[in-house]
Amino acid sequence: MEETLERPAGRLGATARESVRLALPIVLGYVPVGFAYGVLAVKSGVSPLNTALMSVIVFAGSAQLIAVGLLAVGAPALSVVLTTFVVNLRHLLMSAALAPHLAPWPRRLLALFCFQMTDETFALHLSRFSRGDTDRGVTLGVNCTAHASWVAGGVLGAFSGSLIGDVRPLGLDFALPAMFIALLCGQLKGRPHLLAGLAAAGLALLLPRLGFGQWSVLAATALAATLGMLAAPRLEKSAAARSGR
Amino acid sequence: MDQRTIFLVILGMAAVTYGPRLAPAWLLSRRELNPLLARWLSFVPVAVLGALTAQSVLAPAGSLDLSAGNLFLWAAVPCFVLALRTGSFFGVVALGLAIVAGTRLFLG
Repeated sequence: MEETLERPAGRLGATARESVRLALPIVLGYVPVGFAYGVLAVKSGVSPLNTALMSVIVFAGSAQLIAVGLLAVGAPALSVVLTTFVVNLRHLLMSAALAPHLAPWPRRLLALFCFQMTDETFALHLSRFSRGDTDRGVTLGVNCTAHASWVAGGVLGAFSGSLIGDVRPLGLDFALPAMFIALLCGQLKGRPHLLAGLAAAGLALLLPRLGFGQWSVLAATALAATLGMLAAPRLEKSAAARSGR
Repeated sequence: MDQRTIFLVILGMAAVTYGPRLAPAWLLSRRELNPLLARWLSFVPVAVLGALTAQSVLAPAGSLDLSAGNLFLWAAVPCFVLALRTGSFFGVVALGLAIVAGTRLFLG
């Protein structure tokens, strides 16, 4: 039997290969966006060391791009941290969704898994877990591969930053809006969610005019989520009534 | 901002990012989330992304810009179509950068 003859080193190799294979689509997205982050970070006056450090210990694509954008315009430290908190609050839900699958995990590995949980690794693992593919080695291998590619992209960007005079001809200033669009479309899963997204969009444009400043994204999110929750039973009922007719 | 302050900002960012990633899995792995809170939380991702997308596409310079000169607005349209059709994260980012870079190259 081949399996019984296989030594731990061979299994480790198979786990690593499977991890890289699964993580490849994420890597293809992370390297260029990470590169854009690295370039924009050093352009905003963040040292290459701090640029790399943020990719290692924060590991949150959109929040990192927003943070360097805020640092570039001289936003106060507290507002950068608060904005990061609001933008990354969505992970609360993802973590709650994976909680039942992670219940049997040793706490140390669970803590490591959550440290590397992003929109993309969450989506991948949720679909793997729900079809019964729960191998811990592969799960953590995918996360480490994705994390390493994010850091590598950022470091490459940080060192190219000084060579690139202006990010505009490369379109890198559109990296973040494009990423928001891709992530937003993945969340439009029904009429209540579409309504909440549209309401948040409108409020996010209106609230800055009413003097909400840095708080406008937080306020728009809270109001729109509440509206979506209140409207959901009504919208679902009317949709059911129409399909019933 | 000096690098020491930026370092402290990064530590703060790491803490407020890791908290929401860890807390539910750590605390709820054997308990159920309050259903009302769970419903509300299910709308948070779409709301925060709707708010961020609107600001970055419709007000790229800080104030609402619905003019034909807002390149991000034009670039966003094919990105939305591709995102809704394929859901490809990399494809959408690549298309967006190509449109913005290409337009600036050919139209100045």
